[in-house]
Amino acid sequence: MDVLHNLARLGFFAATLVTLAAAVMVVTLRNIFHCALALILVLLGVAATYISLKAEFFAVIQILLYVGAIMTLVIFAIMLTSRIGDKTVLQNNRQGLMSFSLLALFNAFFIGSVIKTSWHLNPAAMTANVDAGVLGAAFMNEYVFPFEIISVVLIVALVGAIILGRSDQ
Amino acid sequence: MNAIPVSYYVIFSGLLFSIGLYGVLVRRNVIGILMSIELIINAANINLVAFSRYVAAKPETGQIFAAFVIVLAASAAAVGLAIVLSVYRNRRTIYTDEINLLKW
Repeated sequence: MDVLHNLARLGFFAATLVTLAAAVMVVTLRNIFHCALALILVLLGVAATYISLKAEFFAVIQILLYVGAIMTLVIFAIMLTSRIGDKTVLQNNRQGLMSFSLLALFNAFFIGSVIKTSWHLNPAAMTANVDAGVLGAAFMNEYVFPFEIISVVLIVALVGAIILGRSDQ
Repeated sequence: MNAIPVSYYVIFSGLLFSIGLYGVLVRRNVIGILMSIELIINAANINLVAFSRYVAAKPETGQIFAAFVIVLAASAAAVGLAIVLSVYRNRRTIYTDEINLLKW
């Protein structure tokens, strides 16, 4: 059991490191298509994080929706717009150094305060089994009203995207 | 399941959020900015799921909010990319400093 725990810990850290490295690649690579491929790796790493939190249903949703649907849209948009082979186009503006130093400062404060915080853990939540059935029951009982509103938002957004995306003639 | 403390998840999502915010601030390409926004949304989702697993009164609450966030991210990506394609059709560019139609 101890070996299994250590292996799980090791896997979590490996997934975290890969995810953060791929995230850095998303914001720094020059070729925007390579950025999209790195973003796919980030989304898969986040799915692995969900699995380590015992939210398997969300890991599946993440892969289906983000990697399957949203990334297809993003890659379509890249193919339709940018001059991918053009290496001379500058991809970043000149605010890199300032942004980096401010965010490093923010992270120093943030990590320090997170480490000093004592979290009030809830042992019942840590062992609870949250599968698709539990989530579906919660959606249909307690959260049915936000669920309906989010459906309306989604249909409005998709119709709006179609109207924005069609050609004028 | 007590293997990993909750603060590791919070620090991880904080770092992911910072990287995404850096991308939003420095990218010139609009699609690059949209991809960085996806990073930020994912960082928020990790926080929601982690807190619902460790500190929430009900374990499913955070996951349901994460579902709403994913739906909103999907609609934001659809509308945002449609706007990008529309701008590219009209202006032949997707670089933010060249889209200055509303600047005086």
